[in-house]
This record gives sequence, C-alpha cells and structure tokens, in this order.
Amino acid sequence: MKTSRFTVWLPYLWLLIFFLAPFALVLKLSLSEPAIAIPPYNPVLTWEEGIAGWWVDLKRLSFENYRFITEDSLYWKSYLSSVWIATVSTLLTLAIGFPLAYGMARAPRAMRPVLLMLVILPFWTSFLIRVYAWIGILKKEGLLNQFLLWAGLIDQPLTILNTDVAVYIGIVYSYLPFMVLPLYANLEKQDATLLEAAADLGCTPFRAFWTVTWPLALPGVLAGCFLVFIPAVGEFVIPALLGGSDTLMIGQTLYDEFFKNRDWPVSSTVAVILLAILIIPIVIFQRLQQREAGA
Amino acid sequence: MNARGWSKFNIASVVLGFAFLYLPIVLLIIFSFNESKLVTVWAGFSTKWYAQAFANQGLMDAAWVTIRVAFVSASIATVLGTLAAMALARRTAFPGRLLFSGMIYAPLVMPEVITGLSLLLLFVAVDLDRGMTTVTLAHITFSMCFVAVVVQARLAGFDRSLEEAALDLGATPARAFFSVTLPLIAPAVAAGWMLAFTLSLDDLVIAQFNSGPGATTLPMKIFSQVRLGVTPEINAICTILVAIVSVGVIVSSIALKRQEVQRQRAQRLAAQA
Amino acid sequence: MKGVASFRRDFEPWNDGSARPFIQFDNLTKRYGAVTAVDRLSLDIYEREFFALLGPSGCGKTTLMRVLAGFEEASEGAVYLEGEDLAGRPPYRRPVNMMFQSYALFPHMDVAKNIAFGLKQDGMGKGEITDRVAEMLTLVKMEGFATRKPDQLSGGQRQRVALARSLAKQPRLLLLDEPLGALDRKLREETQFELVDLQERLGITFMIVTHDQEEAMTMADRIAVMDVGQIVQVAPPAEIYERPASRYVADFLGDMNFLPTTITSTKGDLATMEGEDGTVLKALNPHQATIGRNAWFAARPEKFRISRNRPVAACNVLQGEVWDIAYLGDLTIYKVRLGDGTFIKASQLNRDVMADDPITWEEQVWLHADPQTALVLPA
Repeated sequence: MKTSRFTVWLPYLWLLIFFLAPFALVLKLSLSEPAIAIPPYNPVLTWEEGIAGWWVDLKRLSFENYRFITEDSLYWKSYLSSVWIATVSTLLTLAIGFPLAYGMARAPRAMRPVLLMLVILPFWTSFLIRVYAWIGILKKEGLLNQFLLWAGLIDQPLTILNTDVAVYIGIVYSYLPFMVLPLYANLEKQDATLLEAAADLGCTPFRAFWTVTWPLALPGVLAGCFLVFIPAVGEFVIPALLGGSDTLMIGQTLYDEFFKNRDWPVSSTVAVILLAILIIPIVIFQRLQQREAGA
Repeated sequence: MNARGWSKFNIASVVLGFAFLYLPIVLLIIFSFNESKLVTVWAGFSTKWYAQAFANQGLMDAAWVTIRVAFVSASIATVLGTLAAMALARRTAFPGRLLFSGMIYAPLVMPEVITGLSLLLLFVAVDLDRGMTTVTLAHITFSMCFVAVVVQARLAGFDRSLEEAALDLGATPARAFFSVTLPLIAPAVAAGWMLAFTLSLDDLVIAQFNSGPGATTLPMKIFSQVRLGVTPEINAICTILVAIVSVGVIVSSIALKRQEVQRQRAQRLAAQA
Repeated sequence: MKGVASFRRDFEPWNDGSARPFIQFDNLTKRYGAVTAVDRLSLDIYEREFFALLGPSGCGKTTLMRVLAGFEEASEGAVYLEGEDLAGRPPYRRPVNMMFQSYALFPHMDVAKNIAFGLKQDGMGKGEITDRVAEMLTLVKMEGFATRKPDQLSGGQRQRVALARSLAKQPRLLLLDEPLGALDRKLREETQFELVDLQERLGITFMIVTHDQEEAMTMADRIAVMDVGQIVQVAPPAEIYERPASRYVADFLGDMNFLPTTITSTKGDLATMEGEDGTVLKALNPHQATIGRNAWFAARPEKFRISRNRPVAACNVLQGEVWDIAYLGDLTIYKVRLGDGTFIKASQLNRDVMADDPITWEEQVWLHADPQTALVLPA
C-alpha cells in the first residue's frame, strides 16, 4: 500500500529540525571560541551575513578546542576511564546475566512469561530511583555494611559508595535487563533436542554447554554486551550519584564542563569526540543485528 | 528449551538474579515507612514521610510539571512515532530513507548528555526561552524514536494483504488505515505511548539541559535533593512513582494476557466445531 | 482445435472473431529493479470466463494479478478493462475484487462486518447492507456464523467468508489468489466444484492464480501456463493437456515421455521420425516440424499399451524390460527400460480386479502408442 507522503515528511521534518540540526550546531560550536557572554561563546557562523558571510566565517573555524582536549590529560583520561569502566561492567553484567537468562530459559514453560515480566518491570521504573536506592545500601552506615558487620564477616565498615566499585554495581544493576532480554530470547528458542543429540553422541552436559549452547548463544551474548556497553560509556547519572571525586567518566566531565565551567565550545568538542568513539561499537552492533535479522 | 533440566544451579541463579534486581527497590520502599529520619536504621512504622512529601510544595509543583510534560510529549511522540513507523515499514523507497532510518535509530543509543546538549544549542540559536516548552520538545524528539521502533515491530509482523483487502473493497488509503491498520496495531501504539510517558517521567539529563526556571521536573528535584543526602521523604515519593508504574505495567500486561487466552480459547472452539 | 472436445457448454468467445475482450493485457512489463517479473505479456480474457493462470512460484502470475487489482503499477504496457486503460486508477476505484491467498479477513471484525466492509465504503444504506450480507451468507452456506470472529472459524469456513466478502460488491471481475491452497485435499475437491457452480450462477468473470494443475484443469474454461514472466500457452484444459505447445508445458501438466528423434517425412497432420536406435515413430505434428529437424517424440503414460506379445503395428513399437511397478489403486504405472537405457512410463487402468497373470518385474514387454495420441514437440 502506498501511504501518503504526509506520513514521511512530518516525522522526517521533525527529526531534521530537532535531531540533525542540533547536532550540526554541536559540531559547529566545537569549532568556535569560548567567550564571557550569554550564551558563552563567540558564534563563528552567523545567520545575518548570508552565504557570503559563511564563507568568510568558514576560514575562522578553528580546531583549537580539539587541540586543547588532546593536551589536557583530564579529557583523554576521562575517555579511557569511561571505556574501561563500561568494559568491566559489561563483563560483570554478562557474568550475572547469563546464568539468570539460562535459568529462565530452562524454567517450566508456564513460569517463563512471569519471569520475563519480572525482568522487564524494573526497566519501566525510573532509572534515577533505581540508582538512588543503592545509596542507602552502599553508604558507610548503609544496609550492606550493617548486614556484613552483623554477620561478622567484617569488623570495619567498608567504603563502597563514592568509589568505582559503586559505579560498577550501579551499571550492572541498571543495565542487567538489557543483557538478560536478548540472551533469554536466544536461549529460549534453542532446540533442546540439540543437547539430547549431544548427550546421545557421548557428550557430557558440561562439554555440551561449551560446544553447543554457548556457540549458539553468541549472537545473544554480543547483542547484550553492546546494549550494555554503548550507553554505559556515556553514562552520567550513575557516576554522579554513586561515583567518587576521582571517578572519571566522560558523561560527567561533559556535564561539569557545561554547567560548572560554562565552556560550551569545549563541552561540544567533548561530545563530538565521544560520539566518534561510540560510532564504532554502534556500527558493529547494527551490522550484527542486520545479519541476525537476515538469517 | 525444555523444562526437563531445571537444575538446582538454574533455580539458584534465577532466585539470586531476581533478588539482586528487586532487593534495592524493596528496601527503598520499606524505609519509606520508617519512623526515623535516618533511612538506614529501622525505628518503627510510620507514614509521616508521605504526608510530608505531599505537603512539600516544591516537590508537588515539580510532580505536576513532570506529569504535564510527560502527557503532552507522549501523546505527540506517539503520533509522530506511529507515522514514522508506517513510513519505515511501508515505504521501502523514498529519497533519504537511509538518513531517516538513521535518525530514528540514532537517538536510541545516543548518550543523553549529547542529546541534551545539542537540543539546548538549538533552542539558544533560535532564541527560545528554556522552560516547559523546550523540555516537552526535547522529550518528543527522543521518545518518538522509541515509539517508532515499538510500532514498527508490530507492523513488520502484520499481514500486508489486510490493508490491500481494505483498498480492494473500496476503502481509500486513509480509511484503510483508520478502519484496519490502526485497530490492529493499537496494542503497540498504546505500549508506545506508555513507554514515551515513562521515558519522559524518568528523564533527568535531557531535562537538566533544556529546562529553565519554573519548569523543574520531578527527577531534577529528586536529583538535587539526593546530592544533599538521602531522606525518607524522597523514598516516599520514589515509592509512589514505582507503585504507579508497576501497577500500570502489570495491569496492562494482564489485560493483554487475558485477551490472548480468550483468543486461543476461541480458536480451540473453532477447531472442534 | 479439432480432435479436442470442449467440455463446457458452447462457450468459446476466444474463437469468436467478433467478441470483444473484457480484460486486455497489452505488452505488459513489470520490473522490480533488475528483476523482470512480467515480460512484454499480452493476453485477452473474455466476459464470464473462468480463467486460470498456472505456473510455478516466481513465474509472475501473482504479479500479473496484482497489476490488474491495482496494487502494482505496470513498468510498460497497459491493462484495459472493456477498452478503458486502468493506469493510475487506484485499487479502491476499480470494479475488481480479490480473494487473497491468506484470505485477509479483518481479525477485529466479525463475519458480518467483514462482508459489509466493502458495502460500507460505497456508502450503501444500513438496511440494504444487512440484506446483502444475509444474502451473501446464504450464498456461501454460512448463515449461522454472522457474529463469529475470523479466528473462531475453521479454514474452510474462513475461505467461504473471504469469498462472500469479495463477492458482496458484485464486482465485474473476481480475482482469486491460490483460493484453495490452505484447504486439505478433500475439502479442496468439494470447493472446486462449488466455485465453478457459483461462477456460472453469478455470471461474473473469474481469474484464478494457482500452481496446482488439477485445480486449474477442474475449474477453468481456459488456462494460461506461465514461465519466467511470459505466457507459454493459452488454451482450454483438454487442449493444454493433449496438445501442449512445448516440453515445458507438457512437463508442467501431468507426465510425458520424451524420445529424441529426427523427422524423416511428413504427411498431413502426421510426421514420421526415427529414434536414435532407428525405431520408426509416428505422431501428430501440430507445429509443422520439417524433414531433417531434430524433435521430441512425446507421449503420455496412459497412451501406451503394454503387452507381452509384439503388437501388430508398423510404428511406435518399443521393447524393454519392466524395471519398476507402482500400484496406485486406480492405475498401475510401469517403468520400462528400453534397450538404450531410456525409461518409458506406461500406465494401465485397473479395470479388472487382481488379474490372473499380471505383468511383473524384469519381464520383457512391448509398448505401443497410437500415432494420433502422440505428439512431435520442438527440440
């Protein structure tokens, strides 16, 4: 059926104005100079002078901000640290998510929809609230320390809140459903007779898992890992609430650059580079998804 | 997979996994009923923090702003997202389709700090004062993409010949859409609206960039209070939010489930007839 | 064509020079990117005809139907309905209705609302709609089912509702896309006869798309056999079966034995040819193959007579060994291996129950086919 043109151009126009144009502005601003004014930058491209004016302005674009970012160690350390924290948290999420998804997939058939809903439900409840809930648990006089002291496992309260460990916990907790859902979808549709065939051919359950189940689950594993890794790199709320002063994550660096230092051009530059870093896993992820859809 | 081998290990990982997912929220709810101001030491049952939360004018104002923004942005995003999904699912070739689908999928993985920053720059460039309008526009933009993805999934599994049958029987494309397509994708459109609504309700980062004086949203308010310290009052307001969303999700999924069961029963009857 | 009976009434508008075609495909081409689904196809269909498009999947038959319904636009050429070019007319403004392969019943509407859907689009009055729906339900024998939803119906019942819905608007032309494909064998046979009966009573032109030769043979006045976007032959069922235009058509409809030969002489309708081992063969020569040309000697299994003794005939006599026997109840099929290793299938009607001394495996047998029942087909 031919849908009318209207169905295309309305959302198209909306996205051009509110998604693409703003992005072009970020790119432009990253090439501008900061100023003490409101808004706090010297516009490089202005509307008033028209196309001819733009051409003159183009020559004034500077890569000063990019140079600045490579020279100040704060930024590249933030990038590296974000990628590192996201990688570690992704692997931790996999380590917790896989047994959970595997257990769900092998649960009695009647129970599975309920289990699935229980995984999705936290996804609907506020991210902020779920992160906030951990503060009461992780802080020095918090519930975890109370429990460990009571159980006699420690005799000094542990410092967890405001450290990288708390950030790991926050990311694993917040993104666990993103890991479990694709894994469960994959494991649930795996044919149980494959394992029976493996057993029939003399394979122990442990070997059958590594030679049959795991290789078949890889697309789900990869999808889950990308779904956790990509948003974790740019995460802001978790390090802001659970991380310490020495926790470096680029999302927070950008936020601080913008709201505390009020340096809009530099925060734009940080955004452009962050996106450039994320493009790689995003493109790989898209390719994988397309291959899955095609298969 | 078969249920045959639900081993102890499987059961343990499911139980522990869900304990991890739910314990923090359960604790949060429990301590919202704590008598003491200290959120982590139990001192008896009380609902006084709820009363206090409702009496907090700033908190209530923020809640009202949030609900209005969420309602308006979810409704507009649902219309735009459904149109976008129709375009993606039904029009296989139009100029700039690749760019269009790219713009639908990109916001789903875009870090919120970047979305927030870029929209702010746009509003500054066109000299639009930051406030409820700008937050609403920002929320429409990213939530319409989620709606589009949800609705498109439903359209992909949709028998195209139903629409063709409507046209064949004399319905114009618009009538075919409203009398056949829309009723059939309604569950996905409703789910899309709910998703857009909760996304808007939850959003902190994008609102932080795009909001202005007088348009503080609830997440912004909670965030600024949390930075000062954990209070039972915040626990109370969080509990209410969790309760509303959970009830909404559970009720709608039970309704869907019941519909499905009825459909299957009808089919069984037909098979016997 | 002489020698081939037309089984149904005196209805042969395609042989009547003065009859005007109802539907005309004129040099129609439909391309999807680099793929050509329909290739410069021309075809005339007459009013009140039951016309079948037959071909394997991917031959372009469904595309042809969708162009006619208005879901696809022709890349080149035109489709005319009573002389009027249909180009640019959307599906909802064509006096053509379609019964979809999936039936495409609206799952959120009950049977009555499904049937009423098209009438409502025309702005018909409420009372009139109710009457027409009742009439259609009677027509397809579904009177008690008006308030059922589609998923409360069996496959056969759904098929009937789909038929009623597409007939409710009294279209000039009904298109049926594999209408019986989803039914089981027994139901399919019953429904075939019902459809023919219905078409004759209503006097509507039917065009059916199918890959099932039996379906096409049972129902159609004429069959068009399609292959890769083109029509290979258009003719009534008996002619298609007895006088296939090519090896492709012969293979697609029923079984056919082929022997490679060279034409040695022609006389009237008949041609004489020589097989590779020198066997003298004689057959009808409708394509006027000339002396010296290579051609196929083609004969269907049931045209061969099988016997232990050499038949008294000058030509079309083959000798071989029984290689395999398939007993099908009504028929027995013998697979006979000739001296040069080629196989011939011959079938015999089992008129007698359990013959005393049946032909059995590894016996030497003779095969013979009358020249009037065999064909010369272009190599």
